[in-house]
Amino acid sequence: MTMIFGVPFAVFMGQLMLGLINGAFYALLSLGLAVIFGLLKIVNFAHGAMYMLGAFATLLGMRYLGINYWAALLLAPLVVGLFGMVIERLLLRRIGHLDHLYGLLLTFGLALIFEGTLVNFFGVSGARYPTPEALQGGFQLGFMFLPVYRAWVLLAALVVCLGTWFIIERTRLGAYLRAGTENPALMQSFGVNVPLLITLTYGFGVALAAFAGVLAAPLYPVSPTMGSNLLIVVFAVVVIGGMGSILGAVLTGLGMGLIEGLTKVYYPEAANTVIFLVMILVLLIRPAGLFGKEA
Amino acid sequence: MATTQTLTPTMERQRRANMRRNLLYIVLIAIGLVAPFFAYPVFLMKVLCFALFACAFNLLLGYAGLLSFGHAAFLATGGYVTGYLLASYPALTPEMGIIVGTLAALALGTVFGALAIRRQGIYFAMVTLALAQLVFFFYVQAPFTGGEDGLHGVPRGELFGVISLRSNLAMYYFVFVIFLIGFAIVQRTVHSPYGQVLKAIRENEPRAVSLGYNTDAYKLLAFILSAGLAGLAGSTKTVVFQLASLTDAHWHMSGEVILMTLLGGVGTLFGPVVGAGLVVSLQHLLAQGALGAWVGPILGVIFVVCVLSFRSGIVGEILKSYRKNFK
Repeated sequence: MTMIFGVPFAVFMGQLMLGLINGAFYALLSLGLAVIFGLLKIVNFAHGAMYMLGAFATLLGMRYLGINYWAALLLAPLVVGLFGMVIERLLLRRIGHLDHLYGLLLTFGLALIFEGTLVNFFGVSGARYPTPEALQGGFQLGFMFLPVYRAWVLLAALVVCLGTWFIIERTRLGAYLRAGTENPALMQSFGVNVPLLITLTYGFGVALAAFAGVLAAPLYPVSPTMGSNLLIVVFAVVVIGGMGSILGAVLTGLGMGLIEGLTKVYYPEAANTVIFLVMILVLLIRPAGLFGKEA
Repeated sequence: MATTQTLTPTMERQRRANMRRNLLYIVLIAIGLVAPFFAYPVFLMKVLCFALFACAFNLLLGYAGLLSFGHAAFLATGGYVTGYLLASYPALTPEMGIIVGTLAALALGTVFGALAIRRQGIYFAMVTLALAQLVFFFYVQAPFTGGEDGLHGVPRGELFGVISLRSNLAMYYFVFVIFLIGFAIVQRTVHSPYGQVLKAIRENEPRAVSLGYNTDAYKLLAFILSAGLAGLAGSTKTVVFQLASLTDAHWHMSGEVILMTLLGGVGTLFGPVVGAGLVVSLQHLLAQGALGAWVGPILGVIFVVCVLSFRSGIVGEILKSYRKNFK
């Protein structure tokens, strides 16, 4: 059997694949954070909670309403996105004129509320969500076994990331968004409804997190705390990549997933921490982040 | 030549203000001295430890304008180092354990501070949070922390090898003195010329740079001081409760200290003390009642309310209305 630095090729590829899947989640979440940050200038600490709510909406939708996976893929982001818009409209808007650190603190409080409330109802142990029938089984690639569901997650995440890039960089709505990021006051004076744009942007960013949550439901145990631990890693990813560029966020997310996968092969003890170590390295060498502009 | 001291009206007012302040300090210290006879000393010690922790955090956020989301790392480092030393070397006196624990947090703060001040604003918060998570994972795996179980049975020992701290009353006065020292350090820092420069950086960093201040050095020193004091709080807490656990290293703890400071009043000397007292009391009360499981969400709601409509905090609001009505 082929070995790579003393590790069987199949194991190596398997871990790399797992890393790539994690990377897809980092990419989706940091993308949403970057979109929200661009216009609202706040770091959405409730992003992990929204990812968790997406997964819970999927689980509870199946349990109580009989909504299947495919419908949830559409409905959960929609519901969570609308919920996000309500939060933006009622709460975030009122502190829009203040130091952006208050936005971080407010969304942190929201995250505590959502997480804590669900912990009381569902505990922390987590529930399993069945893999949808059409996506069961796997491909035998010869050098490794690839479960269909994992391939699907990767594909879906990539499509959504590229779709987001397309909307923002190549459509009129995206042009408004980019212009609003540069100069909201000028946009407003041109007759663009900037407050509405902000609400929609927050809803969209949050919906991306919820979409990631739906994808995660059959992979990881669905628990109230699934989002917060992930979010801290995503913060490190965002620091590494910088929030200035969409493709930068996606590439950094995938790259960090791969690095994590590789670490799991060769030095599993550091798998939890390697991304933080990369962050330290980047701070030392290129403080603005890999894709960031010097502030 | 006879020198007759005459005071201008401004100096006279200043002198009165200083007298009022000193009087306030004396009254508060007196209250602190008799408090253990009216309330449960262990509870008071918990409040004092968290008050010191919040004061340390406030030094950074309130006076340097730096929001650290990773202060749990310093609390936990102080706690673990002190706990490990006191549990492993019975000959060590508690004050030595606390000093070494504080120095460990100070050292960690130097490294974290140097890294974190390379980014500003929102990124600073994310960097500190990520670094603290790194520390959390380290303590989960490190052999000397007891992992998920934590360190138990840390002896309180004898202060200076003479005074037994086994009684809660003796322990209380020791903690009270530590708190006063910590508070005095913060008070002196804030009112020193160094503190004025810090405030200038908080208000307008580019301007401070253009005035010739090496703002990075100022910010780093503030970070180190704050980390050291947070470590002091953690070390002391470990001696009081005779344990150190992962709870102290978790990011929830970093959030809690932000809440204490925000609730009491960011950038006020007494705000963090009041905030810590309230949050600890609230947790204490809720833990006994039917709402015990709802501590997290309730703290979240207080967070949201504070940010939305109570940003000056309790002490901040009191100072505002005092200035409006009496000046």
